[in-house]
Amino acid sequence: MQSPSLGTGFYGSYGGRYVSETLIHALDELTEAASCIAATPAFQKELSDLLATYVGRPTPLTDAARLARAIDPERKTLGRLFLKREDLCHTGAHKINNALGQILLATKMRKSRIIAETGAGQHGVATATACALFGLPCEVYMGAEDVKRQAPNVGRMRLLGAKVIPVESGSRTLKDAMNEALRDWVTNVATTHYCIGSAAGPHPYPELVARFQSVIGEEARAQIVERTGQLPDAAVACVGGGSNAIGLFRAFLGDAGVMLYGVEAAGHGVASGRHAATLTAGRVGVLHGSKSYVLCDDGGQIQEAHSISAGLDYPGVGPEHAWLKTSGRARYVSATDDEALAAASLVMRTEGIVPALETSHPFAKIGAIAAEVAERLGRPATVVLCLSGRGDKDLETLLGRLLPSETPGAS
Amino acid sequence: MGRIEEAFARGAAEKRKALVTYLCVGDPDGDASIDLALACADEGADILELGCPFSDPSADGVAIARASQRALGRGGGLDETLRVARAVRERSDVPIVLFGYYNPLFVRGEEEAARVVAAAGVDALLVVDLPVDESMPLRTAAAARGLGLVPLVAPTTLPERVARIGALGERFPVPFVYYVSMTGVTGGAGGSAVLASAGAEAARVRAATKRPTVVGFGIDSGERARIAATEADGVVVGSEIVRRIERGATHGERLASVRELVRELRAAV
Repeated sequence: MQSPSLGTGFYGSYGGRYVSETLIHALDELTEAASCIAATPAFQKELSDLLATYVGRPTPLTDAARLARAIDPERKTLGRLFLKREDLCHTGAHKINNALGQILLATKMRKSRIIAETGAGQHGVATATACALFGLPCEVYMGAEDVKRQAPNVGRMRLLGAKVIPVESGSRTLKDAMNEALRDWVTNVATTHYCIGSAAGPHPYPELVARFQSVIGEEARAQIVERTGQLPDAAVACVGGGSNAIGLFRAFLGDAGVMLYGVEAAGHGVASGRHAATLTAGRVGVLHGSKSYVLCDDGGQIQEAHSISAGLDYPGVGPEHAWLKTSGRARYVSATDDEALAAASLVMRTEGIVPALETSHPFAKIGAIAAEVAERLGRPATVVLCLSGRGDKDLETLLGRLLPSETPGAS
Repeated sequence: MGRIEEAFARGAAEKRKALVTYLCVGDPDGDASIDLALACADEGADILELGCPFSDPSADGVAIARASQRALGRGGGLDETLRVARAVRERSDVPIVLFGYYNPLFVRGEEEAARVVAAAGVDALLVVDLPVDESMPLRTAAAARGLGLVPLVAPTTLPERVARIGALGERFPVPFVYYVSMTGVTGGAGGSAVLASAGAEAARVRAATKRPTVVGFGIDSGERARIAATEADGVVVGSEIVRRIERGATHGERLASVRELVRELRAAV
């Protein structure tokens, strides 16, 4: 949280508040609280103490030399690859940075109940964790499809005392969980804080989440400068709603020499129509409270996304990413399910790190991104990649797809 | 004077409140929606809200969400809603409000959306996820076609915002204001005290905006309609109509059940 003002809620022409009138007052209250409370030194100290003593920040920056050599054996394009290790955060992903910030803020706003939506379950686990820590009741909406494919996280949320509510409507994934959470919030708005997990939704959420996540980029920037004496040539992250990416990018927005890359989920391939590459293949629309890129048909009906990674399986994207794409400050590419799986395998065997399926997408595109950056620079590139989460939750998928003959029941 | 203004004036002259009925167009199919809409008008509905189904109706409860999914499964959407509106307009002069979410209109482009909506004989738009703050592009395009844009006011809306809505009404067509009786989604049942106080609140909104103000959400019977309409200018009934359409086994059953409800509501207000 740098400046007290939370801005206008617009990033270029993207953002805004496209919600029921009933929610406007709550969004005003949250904006006010974020401006007046979260910006105070006392709040920031409380949060940074928690991040240090509870989350384990700062997270390390790992020099992934073996992986870099495997991707580019001659080291002509990928000079050095650094991993920002958000997978080492308590609860296993960057989501805890935002969840702790929002729940701490909610306690200051005297909210007595917390709700959240979750896709892969990482935000749900992070919110359930923060609620346990602060003694608040927590209900997490999760698409029924995701409940099935992310069973370990469902178990964790329940053990932490949260109630997990499977959502059976629509595509039974993240977008439907968000619809249901919005319905809950509009009904219980006086007592309840809705802890949105991505840098999406109505103002002030995209800004609030970006600020709570910007610790990723601030640390990474200082760490890489300390290690190499200079800024990286590129910063890379996966983009579903885009919270870890915006958290990484924010610190480098003013550094014109640092190219920014977001990697979306191409699912079965963008041409197949079964993907979640909203910025790559979508159009400008309005979903879940903000104007941004969405996947929708000519009639404006939102389409179902597809990705092997539940955390990227979303037909929208945070409005600031739409603006970074439009302005050309960041570039967005996509990786398929198969490419992500192959990359996960390579990362595990070269670095001894089990990455989340979400994070496996940027790993899959590191070679191509480094080649593009190196060509522009005329020398090998130094790249920092946000390793947003660990893959423990994805073991069943990873085993089934990468070691099928050794996995009972896998076909 | 537009059709909506005439409807309120006629109601006032006849000392009765406005009855606004909603149905989700395309559930169970578009042709059925035409008959059902005309049946509502025939039984005395003053204004028809034709709901354009949307894939992500996050402001609606289960009844309308399910109806929307059924309608979309049968080719429903903005085009089908406009086809139904045109068919209703060919046979009736009842005021029509196109009710829905923003994205189908936004993707069409505000100007083009306003053009096709006006050409279908619709009188006004009500977009649940388009609060006044973000409404200017559509409001301007709609006004250029003579279409009103109906604002919502909720129990959580502060007086300053109500005043802003009133000010908008001096520059743009705002045929009436929709007062949301309770925090929540559509389809709940409102308690008597909640509906009575919503009616009183609607009267205050009318005084501030100088526009007729109707109460919606939680009204599913003649008795609840009567309570809400005591001080308000009218009531909106939606989910109960949608539920009756869902429960009906045949077209005839659906028509009869909806007619019975609208008759009961008409007698009450």
